[in-house]
Amino acid sequence: MKNTALTEKHIALGAKMVPFAGYNMPVQYEGVKAEHDCVRNAVGVFDVSHMGEFKLKGAKALDLIQSVTSNDASKMVNGQAQYSCLPNNEGGIVDDLLVYKVNDQEYYLVVNASNIEKDWNWISKHNTFGVEMTNQSEATSLLAVQGPKAAAALQSLTDVNLADMKYYTFTVGTFAGVPNVVISATGYTGAGGFELYFDNEHANHIWDAIFKAGAAYGIKPIGLAARDTLRLEMGFCLYGNDINDTTSPIEAGLGWITKFTKEFTNSANLKAQKEAGVKRKLVAFELVDKGIPRHDYEIVDAGGKKIGIVTSGTMSPSMNIAIGLGYVPTEFSAPGSEIFIAVRDKALKAKVVTLPFYKK
Amino acid sequence: MNIPANLKYTKDHEWLRVEGDIAYVGITDFAQRELGDIVFVEIETVGDSLDKETVFGTVEAVKTVSDLFMPVSGEVMEVNSAIGSNPELVNTDPYGKGWMIKVKLTNTADLAGLLSSDDYQKLVH
Repeated sequence: MKNTALTEKHIALGAKMVPFAGYNMPVQYEGVKAEHDCVRNAVGVFDVSHMGEFKLKGAKALDLIQSVTSNDASKMVNGQAQYSCLPNNEGGIVDDLLVYKVNDQEYYLVVNASNIEKDWNWISKHNTFGVEMTNQSEATSLLAVQGPKAAAALQSLTDVNLADMKYYTFTVGTFAGVPNVVISATGYTGAGGFELYFDNEHANHIWDAIFKAGAAYGIKPIGLAARDTLRLEMGFCLYGNDINDTTSPIEAGLGWITKFTKEFTNSANLKAQKEAGVKRKLVAFELVDKGIPRHDYEIVDAGGKKIGIVTSGTMSPSMNIAIGLGYVPTEFSAPGSEIFIAVRDKALKAKVVTLPFYKK
Repeated sequence: MNIPANLKYTKDHEWLRVEGDIAYVGITDFAQRELGDIVFVEIETVGDSLDKETVFGTVEAVKTVSDLFMPVSGEVMEVNSAIGSNPELVNTDPYGKGWMIKVKLTNTADLAGLLSSDDYQKLVH
């Protein structure tokens, strides 16, 4: 099992460590609810250095990205980030990812930890454009500093005006005295904040600087458990749960990042699917009855017949209601539709709702 | 780790406070820490006579769900209604306000098979 550059910090802080995507990762420190609330109301720091980072360089870097991703990267300006996915040829998704445009000849791709090797092989296989690809995953640390007080907590560490950065933009600057830190106004929590990419050798220094600067703002370390409840309250998809090799981006509600303004892997089939309509859809639901939906629980109709599957579920710490995502036949996908979740020996009533679950 | 000396324990991380042929049952401090923030306790076996080691309910934390096992054979006389509306009591006061069920023992000989606080201490360390 691999460690991040900060594993010893997490252990010293008393984190509960779990194996995740081949890494020894902190799942919680103080407790998932306290950590969740800290990010929603103040600011928290996640070590997500297990994520993968690829650098793509060359005159045809955009051509490669356009051919393998579903979103339209030609629309990006320098310093912009874009959420996208890598469709496969069978109608599913290889991975979801962030594309960062440094300039016309240089891009970064940020991918899920569990898919680093799969994505690398997939993109390499499609690299008929002579693009120079570098896998920087092992050498790169990534801290997500998230929450409404993130900009204030970090501002003393950089000359970059953090409060003025627009969502899904980034800049490369000096942070805590370390040059060439990628400062990105992105995140997976819906709470606002930044993601910071830098070389492993600076990890301990930057971690300490962030906690010192953020102390007055109540900054805390946050584990993967709260990362999951935070992203689920927003309805953000988690690869391996809500999307995978067999789910289409159209079914998953990712039509907004699937742009038929260009050709890409399986684009003709996905376009036909979008035009014809999909048979099943990923929906958000809230439980009406008491209970908690979990990944892989069955979704049933009023008669008890299986109609789908829960892909993510939890008790929402912000709202204290049970929420989930799952695939259902399209006729059950309209907001207000009544569905049932099979929890142990019972079918609990739930209703389809619109995202996000958590509205500020 | 809080392991009161006056209670009996099981390897499933439950405790019993025995008063004659009545026992109060809950989960241990170790168990609540392992589970994390508890958000729902479901016990629908009031009035049922259950054998030792059968499931009498479930406890759901944010990330996990775990069955609750009868530490002894007996009739479930009462469920702690306070944990229905405040499941976090199981985290904050596992041996007190976070108790789960009151059981009428059908076989007091079951008590001999339970762990002492010293035995339980060894199990979790």
